[in-house]
Amino acid sequence: MSDATTHPGSTVVKASSYGWFHRNRIKLAPWLFLAPALIFFAIYVVIPIFQSIWISFYEWNGLDNADGSSSAVWVGLRHYFDLLDDDRFYTSLKNNVLWLVLFMLAVPIGLGIALFLNQTVTGIRIYKSLFFFPFVISQVVVGLIFSWFYNPNFGIVGQVWEFFGAVPPAILADEDLVTYGIIFAGLWPQIAYCMILYLTGLNNVAPDQIEAGRLDGAKGWKMLWYVVLPQLWPATFLAIVVTVIGALRSFDMIAIMTQGGPYGSSNVLSYYMYETALSEYGYRYGYGSAIAVVLFAIMMIFISFFLWKMWRDERGS
Amino acid sequence: MFPAPIERSSPSAQIAYKVALPIALVIWLLPLLAIFMTSIRPAMDINSGNVFGWPSSFQLLENYSAVFTQSRAGTYMLNSVLVTVPTMIVSVALACLAGYALAIYRDFKWALPLFFLFVAGNFVPFQILMVPVRDLSVRTDTYDTILGLVLFHSAFQTGFCTLFMRNFIKALPYELVESARIEGVGEFKIFWYLVLPLVRPAIAALAVLVFTFIWNDFFWATVLIQGDDRLPITAGVRALNGQFVSQWQLVSAASLLAAMPPVLMFFLMQKHFIAGLTLGATKG
Repeated sequence: MSDATTHPGSTVVKASSYGWFHRNRIKLAPWLFLAPALIFFAIYVVIPIFQSIWISFYEWNGLDNADGSSSAVWVGLRHYFDLLDDDRFYTSLKNNVLWLVLFMLAVPIGLGIALFLNQTVTGIRIYKSLFFFPFVISQVVVGLIFSWFYNPNFGIVGQVWEFFGAVPPAILADEDLVTYGIIFAGLWPQIAYCMILYLTGLNNVAPDQIEAGRLDGAKGWKMLWYVVLPQLWPATFLAIVVTVIGALRSFDMIAIMTQGGPYGSSNVLSYYMYETALSEYGYRYGYGSAIAVVLFAIMMIFISFFLWKMWRDERGS
Repeated sequence: MFPAPIERSSPSAQIAYKVALPIALVIWLLPLLAIFMTSIRPAMDINSGNVFGWPSSFQLLENYSAVFTQSRAGTYMLNSVLVTVPTMIVSVALACLAGYALAIYRDFKWALPLFFLFVAGNFVPFQILMVPVRDLSVRTDTYDTILGLVLFHSAFQTGFCTLFMRNFIKALPYELVESARIEGVGEFKIFWYLVLPLVRPAIAALAVLVFTFIWNDFFWATVLIQGDDRLPITAGVRALNGQFVSQWQLVSAASLLAAMPPVLMFFLMQKHFIAGLTLGATKG
């Protein structure tokens, strides 16, 4: 307050004598704090997005000419028109939709397991952590485990089928089954993730509302639907977001389990892009980038929705 | 509490629940148990078709040490540490600074747009970054180096870390900062002496999460690294899978070794880990 200005030694008086930088420090400071993160993020994330869009208009194998100039040739929208006639692209797109739809099962199953584990018996904490285990493990390892499981000669699937006297299917070699097999493996860690989100959410559900519901005679499914689920909405929202992102990002499992095969039948856009851009038969950066742009566009629909919701919440608070 | 506490139901229901718990857990973790059993059995078992039965003898030490002596698993593990730890430090440090800027300056008009930039960037598919980042690494001579991997991971994780850190700092009592400003404390001093000690839980949460994300990364390890002596463990496990053809006891031992560090991290720092995953939505 005015107290400070009356004492010559006080800091406020000092501050005003420092000059331009000090007078504007409140305006400058956020930029200084942000600069390292912003520059780094711009170089490796923001600018590459636009570069990829740009590269998708070129035919380029990633190499330079002898004189140091880029060997890229402008082809305009040709890659995008080529995609329209590309069967492998359609297979990948179809599989992406399949992933997106079936991956959503992780949300209700995660909720189911969370409800099952939301008790206070002795040792339940250990159970909760052990149920969460699959999420912590790398997808490469999960992919390897399930590859053995599905192996018709050695795997558990084979043994179960043989137990019933049937000829075991070679899931990962069957064009019609392979994608379902990989999605099933992918669901395992994803369910664990959704479960932990719901366990946390259930912790925050207001006990008095539950008791009030009980007094009104609500129980079981009714209680879940009308009292608990509305309160779990933040957890549900987060679970949907991470599941959508997870489904569209699926790459590791496909790379480990099938490499998109057999005959590209388990491909998804993320793996098809990688396979095309860094193909053994010569890099196709331009065409690969066009696939990436399509995937990015699909993802942007969800990202925009997520940002819009965050923006609304920010203005509300 | 929902569902109703099991203590309120009949004794038989309570017993049923306590029996169902371990059975459900075993079914849920069956894949892991199977791979653990495989990793301790002798090669003979697998050749004779005894893959899921009781091992004929236990070769825990033999198999796990064979992974290190017969392959470069040790190098892969070390590479993973060399990628993971610096990434953890850099991205969390940058996020502390950026999160502070985005949360504390109420008159900073760019705060919300820049915050959304970090959030959106965090969710983009890796493939839209792949070609330019690889090209950038080649041009800056960081392709096929640990440094190149660290630089990219740090930058990308900064997005997620900033999202988390900003929300955490925003929830701190703003009056603390205001009164410090009135006292004439410099902006950096406020950050360093006032805010940083308060965000320690967020730093812990981010550290364990980034550790897990980076340790388990496979995509960038295959895009940015080529040389066998620089591969991190995830890409290394795939290489081992090719090297140890049909020696499943060794592949499974290697897989479990690769999964170990994040699992330990999770068990040691469970509270922080879950706080991070739920984006700080946990209360107690």
